[in-house]
Amino acid sequence: MSAPIPSPTTHKIAVRCQGVTKTFGTGAAAFQALRGVDLEVRTGELLMLVGPSGCGKTTLISVIAGVLRRDGGTCDVFDHDYQTMTEQETTRFRGKHIGFVFQAFNLIPTLTAAENVSTPLVIKGMNRKPAVVEAREMLRKVGFDQRMEESSPVDLSGGQQQRVAIARALVHQPDLIVCDEPTSALDSETGHKVMELMRGLALASNRALIVVTHDARIYEFADRIARMEDGRITGIETPQKPASPASEHSTSLKP
Amino acid sequence: MYYYAMKMLIGDRAKYIGIIIGLTFASLLITQQSAIFAGVMSRTFSFLTDVGLPDIWVVDPQVQYIDDIKPLQDTKVIRIRGVTGVEWAVPLYKGSLRARLDNGTFQTCITIGLDDETLIGGPPRMISGKISDLRRNDGVIVDDVGAKGKLARQGPNGTRIPLRVGDTLELNDHRVFVVGICKITETFQANPVIYTTYSRATTFAPQERKLLSFVIAKATAGEDPEVVCDRIREATGLVAYTPAKFKKLTFYYYLKYTGMPINFLTAVALGFIVGITISGQTFYNFTLDNLRYFGTLKAMGTTNSTLLKMILLQALIVGAIGYGLGVGLASAWGALLSGRTQIAFYLPWQLLLITAAAVLFICLSAAALSIRKVMKLEPAVVFRS
Repeated sequence: MSAPIPSPTTHKIAVRCQGVTKTFGTGAAAFQALRGVDLEVRTGELLMLVGPSGCGKTTLISVIAGVLRRDGGTCDVFDHDYQTMTEQETTRFRGKHIGFVFQAFNLIPTLTAAENVSTPLVIKGMNRKPAVVEAREMLRKVGFDQRMEESSPVDLSGGQQQRVAIARALVHQPDLIVCDEPTSALDSETGHKVMELMRGLALASNRALIVVTHDARIYEFADRIARMEDGRITGIETPQKPASPASEHSTSLKP
Repeated sequence: MYYYAMKMLIGDRAKYIGIIIGLTFASLLITQQSAIFAGVMSRTFSFLTDVGLPDIWVVDPQVQYIDDIKPLQDTKVIRIRGVTGVEWAVPLYKGSLRARLDNGTFQTCITIGLDDETLIGGPPRMISGKISDLRRNDGVIVDDVGAKGKLARQGPNGTRIPLRVGDTLELNDHRVFVVGICKITETFQANPVIYTTYSRATTFAPQERKLLSFVIAKATAGEDPEVVCDRIREATGLVAYTPAKFKKLTFYYYLKYTGMPINFLTAVALGFIVGITISGQTFYNFTLDNLRYFGTLKAMGTTNSTLLKMILLQALIVGAIGYGLGVGLASAWGALLSGRTQIAFYLPWQLLLITAAAVLFICLSAAALSIRKVMKLEPAVVFRS
């Protein structure tokens, strides 16, 4: 389960941000959420973004995922700069290269679990029936109970919903997965299972994974942890212990 | 994605049913009220519809509609017969006479006097007897609705016994015999219609200097009736209309000088407003409730144009169902009551198109608000908990 820290020689750069700024509002009400963020994430790496509420973590992954436009600096995702792309190109890029796991799961309640997982494939242009077949396969890979595939998300537990959300983020084989507080709605044990799953499945295909979290119990699953404060990255650390499902859950970090 | 758009719509049962009920009600109200209006308006010229043979109607220049009788001199018939292009011309009487019923009460009847020789202008369909039976002494033909309804005799137990061939009536103090029962297009006034000969009708009618209501004529083969109408105008100083023009004149008179259009338009507008408020509002709320999921789809790579089509599809689905149910209910209502009551209900395809356009407008308006909201939606909304 543990993964070596990606080396510059074997893993290419997935995300490169330099001096990224983002301000919300104007005039006296203006709020600078990002104040010159520099960050690099390589393929095969799980990077966690941690920090207090309002420090800019979610804004930063929104910029990286292409759902929010930055004001300044540069940010290349697999050598693509959203600022040079039209809105439609950005949307299509997200559909092809980025997988999302949301804090509130954001599963469509009127679709079945399998249909929810199939949506990224359908968005990419696959027909619904083969997309649902692939979605079922992915659900099995994430250990989802086969009998629940046709259930509505509202009938699933938090852990099951998160597995569906992870399957949805992985099913179209994206290059980068962004996760916003993936374990905040889960108990400790389920949270660990979810993180093990993400490490195992998401990084296996040499993807990059960025996880925003407040949950110190899952720090050990990170290859690197970027601390944010007041819209800046104040330090990048590596967890002392390599992540392992059998390991003690340590939160100590080495500088 | 369209299948998923449909599932999103149908899955929210309460709103889905609410939208459909609103649209059904709007569609029902618009169709039903329009059909009643069309039915009532078509009755205003039902006499013109029933008298099918002539293609020219000659009247006094002051006449504004079919029931606006301004009598002509009998000699006008002869003058019209002399106009080039007129194959034949016959007199026609139309007036209101009082019939005395068995129980001593009086009933106003529309009396039609047909040319004694030709009987042109008679009822379109006979149920019993023949039109030629009018040649029998004091013979009259009564319409079946009048015979079964307002002219029916009282039975011993309060039952109504329809007039039949052989029964007698007292028409303006003249005893007449029923020689036939006919089927006619229902009239605007809903009074019984009695057909007799022109000479008899003018005998029954209160005496006036002039009693000729219309001269009906036929253009000779190959002649344009419009041109013949112009010639009649020039030759006689009277006004001549083709049936279509006379119908139009009558229709617009009622439209202009009665409150009917306003009454019916108010009901139609009510249906429209109900549709907009209930369905439009509910559809917009449905979109607002699903905004997070539209945002999620947008973040995951769904383009604005696909989202737009998804919302339009949702709006069109509820529109089609609501329209179908509303029109179906209105038609069933009309079919159920038309045979049993005297309700005026006429549902031509044009009205179905008008209702469809109204429902489409309601759906597109609701969808436009929703589309605007979704188009402006920042996909970053998905990261807000």
